[in-house]
Amino acid sequence: MKIQIKNGHLIDPKNGIDAVMDVFIAAGKIVAIGSAPNNFQTNHVIDAEGLVVCPGLVDLSARLREPGYEYKATLESEMDAAVAGGITSLACPPDTDPPLDEPGLVEMLKHRARSLNQARVYPIGALTQGLKGKHLTEMAELRDAGCVAFGQSDAPLTDTLVMMQSMQYAATFGFGVWLRPQDMSLSNNGVAHDGEVATRLGLPPIPVCAETIALSNIIMLARETGAKVHLCRLSSAEGVSMVRAAKKQGMSITCDVAINHMHLSEMDIGFFDSNCHLVPPLRGLSDRDALRAGLMDGTIDAVCSDHTPVDEDAKLLPFGEAEVGATGLELLLPLTLKWALEMRLPLSTAIAKITVEPSKILGVDTGHLSPATAADLCIFDPNQYWKVEPAALKSQGKNTPFLGMELQGRVKYTLVDGSIVYER
Amino acid sequence: MQLPDAEILLTHLIGEIQPEISGSTALVGIYTGGVWLAERMHQSLGIRLPLGTLDVSFYRDDFDQIGLHPKVKPSDIPFEVEGSHIILVDDVLYTGRTIRAAINELFDYGRPASIRLATLVDRGGREMPITAQFVGATIVLPEEKMLALEQGNDGRLSLSLYNKNPVEQ
Amino acid sequence: MNKNPQLNKHGELQHLLTTEGLPSPILLNILDTAESFVGVTERDIKKVPLLRGKSIFNLFFEPSTRTQTTFEIAAKRLSADVVNLNIAASSQSKGETLLDTVDNLSAMHADMFIVRHSQSGAAHLIARHVRPEIHVINAGDGRHAHPTQALLDMFTIRHYKRDFNNLRVAIVGDILHSRVARSQIHALTTLGVPEIRVIAPKTLLPNKVERLGVHVYHDMEQGLKDIDVLLMLRLQNERMLGASLPSSEEYFKYYGLTQEKLSLAKQDAIVLHPGPMNRGIEIDSAVADGEQSVILPQVTFGIAVRMAVMSILTGN
Repeated sequence: MKIQIKNGHLIDPKNGIDAVMDVFIAAGKIVAIGSAPNNFQTNHVIDAEGLVVCPGLVDLSARLREPGYEYKATLESEMDAAVAGGITSLACPPDTDPPLDEPGLVEMLKHRARSLNQARVYPIGALTQGLKGKHLTEMAELRDAGCVAFGQSDAPLTDTLVMMQSMQYAATFGFGVWLRPQDMSLSNNGVAHDGEVATRLGLPPIPVCAETIALSNIIMLARETGAKVHLCRLSSAEGVSMVRAAKKQGMSITCDVAINHMHLSEMDIGFFDSNCHLVPPLRGLSDRDALRAGLMDGTIDAVCSDHTPVDEDAKLLPFGEAEVGATGLELLLPLTLKWALEMRLPLSTAIAKITVEPSKILGVDTGHLSPATAADLCIFDPNQYWKVEPAALKSQGKNTPFLGMELQGRVKYTLVDGSIVYER
Repeated sequence: MQLPDAEILLTHLIGEIQPEISGSTALVGIYTGGVWLAERMHQSLGIRLPLGTLDVSFYRDDFDQIGLHPKVKPSDIPFEVEGSHIILVDDVLYTGRTIRAAINELFDYGRPASIRLATLVDRGGREMPITAQFVGATIVLPEEKMLALEQGNDGRLSLSLYNKNPVEQ
Repeated sequence: MNKNPQLNKHGELQHLLTTEGLPSPILLNILDTAESFVGVTERDIKKVPLLRGKSIFNLFFEPSTRTQTTFEIAAKRLSADVVNLNIAASSQSKGETLLDTVDNLSAMHADMFIVRHSQSGAAHLIARHVRPEIHVINAGDGRHAHPTQALLDMFTIRHYKRDFNNLRVAIVGDILHSRVARSQIHALTTLGVPEIRVIAPKTLLPNKVERLGVHVYHDMEQGLKDIDVLLMLRLQNERMLGASLPSSEEYFKYYGLTQEKLSLAKQDAIVLHPGPMNRGIEIDSAVADGEQSVILPQVTFGIAVRMAVMSILTGN
């Protein structure tokens, strides 16, 4: 189908475009930006007046809950949520049940996702068998099945020798290793940041050194092995400093931050709001400010949703017992825009953090609107306010600290391979 | 409206009670006005048994509506209630509910041989089958007015009238 | 989620979940009301009919015979009907959720829940969930709060010391894990105690504890100088199993209260303990049974304070 997207404010950070321009799509690809190609017979016009047209968003972490956790959410509902959030490519972590450590499971997941004809799913394979942190998985086979990188999700990797060897093995093939810096002993069954709020509320604490000590190990081993490491979900000011220093020394290491940690702190726990029970924990205000600054100066490369749908019953428990995580696919865009607005940064900076930058980390050629590439787009109204309520979310996970709040920025159309997969 | 002099009423009341008491009579004043009156009576009448005081807050029937009164004074019955002849003393007898509560509370201490009631003012408006045996004066008052006994710095007692607070739902 | 969940829209106490955030008049009202109930507990007939017909459910997800019994006695002295539920044993193991259990009991016309749970925030969760007519009293949630214990400690202090405004108070022991300590600190601060000290080794102190308004001491002899009130905390055996403390002997030597250490405090200093005591670990028998100990009166006052809390909540 030949589509013309008219009069939209086109923002394509990779190609440096930030102006009102039309986009022309045919046979699932972008054929022209600006003026129509010769003899272009438009079948369908999308009136994007007053809207922003940007590359489809790329989310580095979204739990789809399949296989294994279908009672929490299904692939169908979460893929619906993804495109409703303007997301056209997403990476899912390996902590499914069973974990993604077998090529067959990965193939099945990819097949299931593909058949829905919505966002592209890039599985992150398990780094160790069963995510148990002892034996390596068949990374090359898993890559052939479709994994773009390997990680442990939240599962511990306490044996530093195994960490080193898994990095060496991955480096052999040039595979990316995605790790969350989290020392399990220091985390000590904590549930909240080791600060004023945990002290007052009597919540078992997770000190900052649980992140920085693990970070130190990962950085040194990455340097030693030459592995391509991506750090998942920074949470502390000290962590940001360490990454900044490593990058300054020329290390090619990347990292991301989750949407909630860019805006919230331990203070938001209030009277034990279990929607704020997250991993890593929401830390102090100075940590939050450092994360925001780190994203701005490029120390932090990208933002992700860390989408984790949790059923209502699992959150209606005392804070420490409540299941961790927040829903996020539909909040990725407005919360990233909110950050840019508050930091007085241009829209294109925000959009880069959820399009071209995460694409680089994923190692896939997406997140930009260059001619002759797949037409994955997000068209949104940057000015529209909407209230975050259960009915407004397509995800089965209604668990977010932003419940009841009004956010600015709402997706109107999402296109994948030139087809409209979402329209509001 | 013209209110009677409380001191005069008290003298009259004491005069009424005097011939009706014996060595086994005990006086129990209900806080706060009843205690002031009972203290004066106890002295004037030369009652042998020590004075008793009652705070009926824990026995009231309106707890569900108005909750607990902030300052509850300790009830003190320093004589053996079992078999005693008690004269309960209160300042204003109105609905009769306070007296009902006081009787209930007294029975938690033991089984008296008899209870009589002395009140400075009976203003009618009974909601319980309660009567006073000794009354200083009977006054008719409009429903929205409340009658209270006050004690001056010199110990002098006087009556005053004020408007009832609107009932809280 | 930002309104104080303990107060109703008239600013009256709806639930008692923590001493934190309760204004001074409310705390004092509880202490004053408890004063009148002490009189009741000293009579032969220790009952008053105040809560007759009301159903009070003791919901103990974490077992505690002592606390449960004190609440039961207090409720019965108010003529309420009491039901004791040790949830640890029954429905939780069948997989019924916490809130389902609460809902089932609410359907049995409960007027009040007294909740003890091993997780911080459990009482808040239940209070958020129940119908507006039901009152919740926190009998201890994880390490967060134990408001009735703190209140009876305040009552005891006021009984012996009258005025909060010129006291030096020391809390000794495992502050990190203590819900009693946290509740005591908030109450003492609200009531205007000018100096509150915490005395403990570093492993037993929470991070940034000074922010709660206390002075930190690691040296007990320094910390006890000129103290008027000693609030001793119980040391649980688990602390010796992990890496928080090496042994109870070393703990007793440096942080246990002996007659000798007590003499560093003021001559008329009083010693409190929430019980049950570990004699020879946090406190010497000589002190526990000595003249300055007010540990037994605490128990009596505890019943009056709990009667006061239940009456005030029900009457509001």
